[in-house]
Amino acid sequence: MGRGAVSLRGVSKSYGEVAAVRDVSFDVAPGEFVTLLGPSGCGKTTLLRLVAGLESPDSGRLLLSGRDVTDDPPHRRPVNTVFQHYALFPHRTVAGNVAFGLEMAGRARPEVAERVERALDMVRLSGLGHRRIDQLSGGQRQRVALARAVVLEPEVLLLDEPMSALDRKLREEMRAEVKSLHRRLGTTFLFVTHDQEEALALSDRVAVLSDGVVEQVGSPAEIYDAPRTRFVADFLAVRNLLAAEVQPGEGGVLRTDGGLVLRSEADGLAPGERVWVGVRPERMRLLDPDAPAAPDENRVSGLLEERLFLGDRSEWRVRAGGDVLTVAEAGRANERRPGDAVTVVFPAAALLRLGGRPPRP
Amino acid sequence: MSGRRQALVLLAPALVLLVVLVGGAQVLMLVASLGRRSAYGGVLHDWGLQNYVRALEPLYVRVLARSLVLAAATTALCLLAGYPVAYWLARRAPAHLRKALLVLVILPFWTSFLVRMYAWIFLLRTEGLVNLGLAALGLPASNLLYNQSAVLLGQVYGELPFIILPLYASLEKLDPELLDAAADLGASPPEVIRRVVLPLTRPGIVAGAILVFIPSLGAYLAPDLLGGARDVYVGSLIQSQFAVARDIPFGAALSFTLSVLVLLALWALRRPLRAGAAEEG
Repeated sequence: MGRGAVSLRGVSKSYGEVAAVRDVSFDVAPGEFVTLLGPSGCGKTTLLRLVAGLESPDSGRLLLSGRDVTDDPPHRRPVNTVFQHYALFPHRTVAGNVAFGLEMAGRARPEVAERVERALDMVRLSGLGHRRIDQLSGGQRQRVALARAVVLEPEVLLLDEPMSALDRKLREEMRAEVKSLHRRLGTTFLFVTHDQEEALALSDRVAVLSDGVVEQVGSPAEIYDAPRTRFVADFLAVRNLLAAEVQPGEGGVLRTDGGLVLRSEADGLAPGERVWVGVRPERMRLLDPDAPAAPDENRVSGLLEERLFLGDRSEWRVRAGGDVLTVAEAGRANERRPGDAVTVVFPAAALLRLGGRPPRP
Repeated sequence: MSGRRQALVLLAPALVLLVVLVGGAQVLMLVASLGRRSAYGGVLHDWGLQNYVRALEPLYVRVLARSLVLAAATTALCLLAGYPVAYWLARRAPAHLRKALLVLVILPFWTSFLVRMYAWIFLLRTEGLVNLGLAALGLPASNLLYNQSAVLLGQVYGELPFIILPLYASLEKLDPELLDAAADLGASPPEVIRRVVLPLTRPGIVAGAILVFIPSLGAYLAPDLLGGARDVYVGSLIQSQFAVARDIPFGAALSFTLSVLVLLALWALRRPLRAGAAEEG
């Protein structure tokens, strides 16, 4: 296996009674940007700390660049971490922080100085080497943390929610910077976040975690377009999650527990089977009652309940039978009011079939 | 109320106490040290530096030097023994036990220092518990009391809590993520201690060292009771000038010399004291 490959083989880790990571296996290719995505407490940070060696697994093996490092302490692993709260040394200057790892590696003074200079240059902090850490802004601290980790040329760079402490605007700037850093370095990046937008924007592949288990691994497009489980769909903002039962006969007709009759293009639907289905709000359209729909579209009659204005779009809550749907409407031109009767229309292909069995109503 | 006035009001009681009791006492000492001893133990107002000249005689300089060595050794041993304890209390001890364990650290203060020194005598004397234990194991009894080691032991025992508390306070504040970061950047465990933990807890180390060093410099209970007054330390010397020899001016000169030494030591340590977390590289 090449330099920078990460391989987790059946890794588990518990804290007392609580299983943080359960039998996780997956591989990261050299140079890949892989994101571990999930809500807080899903085990994503534990997984990262296992790779860093800051935690040791209860069972399973961990391979870095094809070498088994399961029993290596953190200071002997060819990985470096950008910590969530940066963990910069307050007793050292900016340059002192970046130099720390090089000093530990026993590099000669001129080499340290030169590499620190280059690393600070790379994160656009040249000239700030003499600053104290408490003289830096949040964004600058973030960059020092990045420089301190990449200056050692790790085989894998681990990033633990590095942008969660930044405000929104700065976060978007740093996102672009991390992406460009990955392109320039070609190092494997293993990135942890709970922000689906960040995960989709940055990654070659995303692994969605829930409760210590990898729910789904795939490209951002795969994860977004074809979430396989109810959890993944929910976490990636598929807002309309409905429990349904497959109706007898051909044609993939479903009846939701709320009484909506919908057509699905999913394969392998057995009559009588209970399934979870989901539709993204932005795949739905609002039409006047009785407006015509295309033959391959689902139509549902409903009543508008409430509108949330979100700037570039609005979200309507629509009561339809026993279900409440969320429908996104682009733009702001609309004369509809709460209480109006509408028809909700969406393509049969937009109906995602999700794994898992909903309980009987 | 303005910030400055508020500060003044809040600080006033302590300031008055310090100025009157410490400052005033030092002035009295200085005045007395410049006088001459009267036949009945009073102070004759016959000004001169004769007491300081006497204090610098080799006999007394040796006493002062012995006290400095005792204070330095006490401080060093307290640091060596107290730092791991404080580290364990602050970072490793089960969280729910931490408060109870801290109470155990200050538990000795519930008994008078004098009583605790006598307890050590009972432990260490020739027919003491330690020697009884040794005899029970068939080992020869040894001379444990009335030597410099016994003095040092008593001193370390008495001062240890004073160093554990400030060390605990600074170790508890240490962000554990910094230790992870150091390890992640290639620092081995000893290196993490040397390059991150020690520099960041330096204020606690300095504060604890001062809290131990200064009282040890003037200590006289442990030297008298456990040392059997065989070796004279400056604390006992001062005490005996006032209480036994009734030479107040000379005792005052010795006291004032000691105070100046302490102030010099504090001045030498002013930098690490002031820096919350000192600058390194």
